[in-house]
Amino acid sequence: MLLTISTTHRPATDLGFLLHKHPDRVQAFPQSYGTAHVCYPEVGEERCTAALVLDVEPQALLRSRGAGRSPDFALAQYVNDRPYAASSLFAVALGDVFRSALKGKCAARPELAAAAIPLTLRLPAVACRGGPAEVRRMFEPLGWEVEATAVPLDPGLPGWGDSRYVDLTLSGEFRLADALSHLYVLLPVLDGAKHYWVSGAEVDKLLRAGEGWLAGHPERGVIARRYLARRQRLVRDAIERLAEVDDAATGGAPGSDADPVVEEPEDREGSASLAEQRAGAVLAVLRAEQARRVIDLGCGSGKLLARLLDEPRFERVTGVDVSAAAVEWARRRLRVDGMPPQRAERLGLFVGSALYRDRRFAGHDAAVLMEVVEHVDPSRLPALAAVVFGHAAPRTVVVTTPNVEYNIRYAGLAAGRLRHADHRFEWTRAEFAAWAGAVAERYGYQVRYLPVGDADPELGPPTQMGVFTR
Amino acid sequence: MTVPDGSTPARGPGEGAPAAGGRVLTIPESGLVVLVGVSGSGKSTFAARHFRPTQVVGSDFCRGLVSDDENDQSASADAFELLHHIVDTRLRRGLLTVVDATNVRQQTRAPLLRIAKRHDVLSTAVVLDVPERVARDRNRARSDRDFGDHVISRQRRDLRRGLGRLDKEGFRRVHVLRGPEEIDAVSVELEKAWNDRRHLTGPFDIVGDVHGCRAELEELLAGLGYLVDRDAHGRAVGARHPQGRTAVFVGDLVDRGPDTPGVLRLVMGMVAAGTALCVPGNHENKLVRALRGRKVTVAHGLAESLAQLDAEPEEFRAVVLEFCDGLVSHYVLDGGRLVVAHAGLKEEYHGRSSGRVRSFALYGETTGETDEYGLPVRHPWARDYRGAATVVYGHVPTPEPEWVNNTICIDTGCVFGGRLTALRYPERELAQVKAHRVWYRPARPFPSAAEAAPAAPPERDSGVLDVRDVLGEDPEQDVRVETAHGPVSVRAPNTLAALEVMSRFAVDPRWLLYLPPTMAPAPTSADPAVLERPAEAFAHYLGDGVERVICQEKHMGSRAVAVVCRDTAAAERRFVPGTLGTIHTRTGRPFFTDPVVESAVLAELRDGIEAAGLWTELDTDWIALDGELLPWSAKAAGLIREQYAAVGAAGRAALPAVAGVLDAVAARGLDVAELSGKVARRAAGIEAFSAVYRRYTWPVEGAAGLRYAPFAVLAGEGRSFADRDHLWHMGIAERLADHTPRVLTTRYLVVDVTDPAAVDAAGAWWRELVTGGGEGMVVKPLAGALARGRRGLAQPGLKVRGPEYLRIIYGPDYLEPDRIERLRDRSLGRKSGLALREHKLGLESLARHARGEPLWRVHQPVFGVLALESEPVDPRL
Repeated sequence: MLLTISTTHRPATDLGFLLHKHPDRVQAFPQSYGTAHVCYPEVGEERCTAALVLDVEPQALLRSRGAGRSPDFALAQYVNDRPYAASSLFAVALGDVFRSALKGKCAARPELAAAAIPLTLRLPAVACRGGPAEVRRMFEPLGWEVEATAVPLDPGLPGWGDSRYVDLTLSGEFRLADALSHLYVLLPVLDGAKHYWVSGAEVDKLLRAGEGWLAGHPERGVIARRYLARRQRLVRDAIERLAEVDDAATGGAPGSDADPVVEEPEDREGSASLAEQRAGAVLAVLRAEQARRVIDLGCGSGKLLARLLDEPRFERVTGVDVSAAAVEWARRRLRVDGMPPQRAERLGLFVGSALYRDRRFAGHDAAVLMEVVEHVDPSRLPALAAVVFGHAAPRTVVVTTPNVEYNIRYAGLAAGRLRHADHRFEWTRAEFAAWAGAVAERYGYQVRYLPVGDADPELGPPTQMGVFTR
Repeated sequence: MTVPDGSTPARGPGEGAPAAGGRVLTIPESGLVVLVGVSGSGKSTFAARHFRPTQVVGSDFCRGLVSDDENDQSASADAFELLHHIVDTRLRRGLLTVVDATNVRQQTRAPLLRIAKRHDVLSTAVVLDVPERVARDRNRARSDRDFGDHVISRQRRDLRRGLGRLDKEGFRRVHVLRGPEEIDAVSVELEKAWNDRRHLTGPFDIVGDVHGCRAELEELLAGLGYLVDRDAHGRAVGARHPQGRTAVFVGDLVDRGPDTPGVLRLVMGMVAAGTALCVPGNHENKLVRALRGRKVTVAHGLAESLAQLDAEPEEFRAVVLEFCDGLVSHYVLDGGRLVVAHAGLKEEYHGRSSGRVRSFALYGETTGETDEYGLPVRHPWARDYRGAATVVYGHVPTPEPEWVNNTICIDTGCVFGGRLTALRYPERELAQVKAHRVWYRPARPFPSAAEAAPAAPPERDSGVLDVRDVLGEDPEQDVRVETAHGPVSVRAPNTLAALEVMSRFAVDPRWLLYLPPTMAPAPTSADPAVLERPAEAFAHYLGDGVERVICQEKHMGSRAVAVVCRDTAAAERRFVPGTLGTIHTRTGRPFFTDPVVESAVLAELRDGIEAAGLWTELDTDWIALDGELLPWSAKAAGLIREQYAAVGAAGRAALPAVAGVLDAVAARGLDVAELSGKVARRAAGIEAFSAVYRRYTWPVEGAAGLRYAPFAVLAGEGRSFADRDHLWHMGIAERLADHTPRVLTTRYLVVDVTDPAAVDAAGAWWRELVTGGGEGMVVKPLAGALARGRRGLAQPGLKVRGPEYLRIIYGPDYLEPDRIERLRDRSLGRKSGLALREHKLGLESLARHARGEPLWRVHQPVFGVLALESEPVDPRL
């Protein structure tokens, strides 16, 4: 809620011209979510300091989200840091109150606006999940001298460590317009929270403001990606409300664990092509087994479905996922609405669970469980086997799952950690074979095992695949 | 049996018959009636006179629906499609349906008959045959009908052509009414299906397959309390129960055993005297054919019956033939809650009549394959059974009767040396007598109960849930869950959210007998300075006619349901084998990520229950508790860090800096007093806010530091404790606390809301609780969870939260006058409606579990609570 801008350029009072705000006045600028105040705590020839104080009204924040939208209640909307921290909201105020300064316009001192002057910017509470290190990574490449200290979480909770806020002071010689544009773009990037009040248009506007320096920034990839990720998360769903009922924190988590988009295992495995290889291996098995009607249980965003639809030999392609959001995402990704009728007729897509028997699963000659079983609690696996092998009982079932022995080959994966936060377990080859063998015996299947990915002579392949036939 | 026109003897007029001497048409109560007659023959008038408007589906009506013009013949195809759909839906639901269309051509009648057949209901044709002149005159008199006379002539030709063969088309009964006089004079009498004995409510003793084991049957009946009547030869010829109980035989009285005639004599006597009902088995069916002299393969013990019956007089054989031939394939009893059929019956066949219904009832559903002993492989229909009616049957000998989805097979192979079993209904108790000897060697070895016991238990396929159990037939549609307190409906998108959470995060559903309902706050305080206070909660209950309430201290922790088993045997029988209990959250997730901690807490609760003597006192080997696990930080550490402490940190970092800037500005002589004042108040607000969450945060290491405050004993074996009052529940919690330090008691106060002094005292008690950030209290009807108010089930509780505590709900500064003024405008209706609906579902799942209903029945209301919890509602309430 506070930014101070100081300069020691002489005369320092020229800062008032550059900011288009008179040093001897206290000015208020109404915003849709509160009021921005500009005032000068320090005015002298040697040194002049301007302050932007943003007084956020939480109630106004809610109202500004617009009436007539579907009710979206989350506690985070009522108890949050927006009134105190310098966040994306602060960037929006900055862009509004210092609009001309941001554009480098100054009729009274045009040469000064074009010149680099000594500046010190201070923000006592910058929302930044990455801590001081990340702040430095963002500002130092631009030439700032960065002084950043983490704010402790709570003196009353010893041992709880630091908060996600940083007390930040930036010093350097910059054009004022550039300095403001750095804050304008980078404050929302540092702030990992969900920006449900920032519309897509505003995001574009912010990105445009980075023209001129963003292209040369070593972290430009991160900066751009955060904006994009944020846009995908404009929608929250009922699942998160349930998590909240359970006292689980959802506010700042990087994507809910229900979100199928941001948590692709490939990212962690460090090999984007492993997913491709897996889909290829599954397709090869389905072709070899002469499957014609295939059901993909746990279809996610529908990557395998797309490849199945591309091959006319698959007369019927059914995608099922337990997440309504995933099914919706697959529907959009596959462009179901604009699909030619003969392709659309082959496709079925619905929300279902491999733990609940479902007559819609019947009538397929192959079922695919690609990277699914490891997301199911071990105690529920018998139910999954009963539903898939006992009830749906297609001629062929293809199961892929990580081979945990291979994990030590992943440099970024700490020992003992699993590849995905939602994995309930990862099996060794022997453990997988034990499960698969028991299931095959109980439900009358034969099972064979095939490697997926570049196999290590000792550790085996990164992904293991079991092909069940009867 | 087809009864064509003319052969039906004219009976006396039924109740409310319009004209004396007119014919009485008997029509099955829940079948299809097809009116047949040319335009102007008076079908609509006939239908309106004899049937309710909703029972009649007319082609003109449907034509109007699809074209806005009842006479638009170009819309006929669509109109009939709609008509067929309506007929299909009504017949599926078992409703009498009358089709008012000309139906003069076989091609238009055929699809209707197909629909009736699909739903296994009987079809009746009523032909209104009027002279062409009458029809013509009537049509001319109607301004909206402009088709020519030739149309009627053609219709009449069509009618004549088909008239003689209507019965061959598949109508069970054909009534032809000739001329306006006869049509006006008839009356209609609705006839119940033969299998419909819903008015009989028992109590019943349902007896399994007897197969000629007369001595065992007499022993069983005597054991059940029946007094056997004997003839001059000392033979049992009847039996009656002094308390008026009725025996129901599931069939297969005959064959294989030593005394088929003796069994028949006894049962026939009981049925004739009205002390027993009997449905046929496949063996009776075959015996009938053999006695009629048809060619049958004499095997499976039929030879013994025939030989034994040959020794009886001819008259006896005739009576036996008549008796067995007249048996009705199945009975629907006790208001539809009980169905008895020899081989069982799937739900869609209950109360229906057709060849395939009879065949299912006699033989079951076979897959067409045979097993290694040459016996037919049967389709396990009971595993898929989802009906509300209890189905009792025999046919397949099993060593031990077992309930599967509300069905039970009580053929325990008496004739093979097993036992003869009776099920007492509604008590659901089994009575058994041992076979006196092995009377017959079965084709497939029949294990004795002792031999079968150590073998693997039958595949618990009924433990697998079906998606239809929770999403209904159509996942796009809302789901309705019937409860003892009325139906509760759940919106379709919410059921999908629940499906995901249940599949991905919940504990094994066999543990979930209850999910706690949400709780509404007391109505908003009339005092503008606070949002909630006790007065409104008391006023609510006073207004609802609930005079005695209990105020319970609200512990700020996390809701936790604990199911504690005494031993693994209890867990295996009732929940999940190889475990000893579970502790789950309000959404069914495991409370602890570390199973070691869960086991430790469960072990202490188990020891506490043991030491308090509750296993014996409550006569159970498992107990489900509902309570609050403390500290809040144990479960909500992430939430406290991300949501609360973070806000405190940001405020503490920013506000002093802002205050410093404003002080400097003020020192320059500028006026920032208003803003300064605001910042100072905010800084104080942040400190008060932080004090609240700190209060509920303390270190926990494994199980050390955890406290469990139970406030309800939900259930034990065979019963729910929802009927106990809250003092009882509090008393149990206190006794547990006496025996295990892990358990924390709850302070409470009983208040008579009609007594102003008591209400004042309770207000003071509450103020003491909330000073310094206490969460507050919950006000509940003292009588317990089943307490009723003026409008039915009362709200199970209303929370009254403290003003300081509410800072963590409404924000650190919510007590600022302009802020609280706006917050007072909170609509509570949705929240309290939700609380009551979830409460009904909670009571229902406990009741179903207590009755021993199958998993899917218990899961349905539990799933409903989870789905309702995902509805968008202001989380601050």
